[in-house]
Amino acid sequence: MLLRRVWPSRPAFESPFADFDHLRRQMLRVFDAVTGGDIARGFSAGVFPPMNVTQDDDNFYVRAEVPGIKPADLSVSALRNRVSISGKREISEEKHDVSYHRKERAEGEWSRTVTLPGDVATDKVDARYSDGILTLTLPKTAEAKPRQITVAS
Amino acid sequence: MARNTSTDMQKLEKDGVPALPEQTHPGPVYTPTVDIYESEDRISLLADMPGVKAKDLRIDLRENVLTLSGRVAAPESSNESDVLREYGSGSYYRQFTLSEVIDQGKIDAKLTDGVLHLELPKSERAKPRQITVRTS
Repeated sequence: MLLRRVWPSRPAFESPFADFDHLRRQMLRVFDAVTGGDIARGFSAGVFPPMNVTQDDDNFYVRAEVPGIKPADLSVSALRNRVSISGKREISEEKHDVSYHRKERAEGEWSRTVTLPGDVATDKVDARYSDGILTLTLPKTAEAKPRQITVAS
Repeated sequence: MARNTSTDMQKLEKDGVPALPEQTHPGPVYTPTVDIYESEDRISLLADMPGVKAKDLRIDLRENVLTLSGRVAAPESSNESDVLREYGSGSYYRQFTLSEVIDQGKIDAKLTDGVLHLELPKSERAKPRQITVRTS
């Protein structure tokens, strides 16, 4: 009891690395404060396009940032719990009598597949493209939906 | 989570900006990727700003500093939970200093499919003039 009072922050069972762990957590908190917690959350696959997948009780939602693509150049397919999107971006208007100051935007073909945590009703998938963002709404199959279970007394 | 990919296009990380000037509403700020090219009579700028609607985009040119800023409202509804998150939604912000004098009245801006296309015509006195060299 006397020990506790002298070093109140270190109970005897804590490892000698507790201070490092504390420091690590402190630093993560600082990073979160700087980045708004947003960048620290994302673990990107590092491939184009970046995708966000969310779900609610009825649907999965897949969103991808694919600016500057004509809807006709996008293709989406779904099979059970796998969704593939592919497309092509062409940057036209590249003229010969101009000088480029910056060229950061990429063009080309891409495709990507994600596996969702549950099966989707592939005949009811809705795909929309607006403001450079592709949004897929994928209704879950009855088996993939959460079910309320009543507790009998 | 398994992911299969094949792509020509490299994914660029959306760069976070140390917001300058500081923002009044919190949230991440990203740098849009741009192409800028110049011809004799104009400077053209293309910027990828996915998710920005025309009403939330601001283009400002004063004292040769061009400022692009746009806000993106979070597209998710509140009862959606994350499964995978690879990009953030927030504001876009980028500034350029233009060395040429731009004809402010003739600037043309178009926003289609998340790409801003800006045409900045040079004013008459900034256009290059051919100077003929006379031989005596």
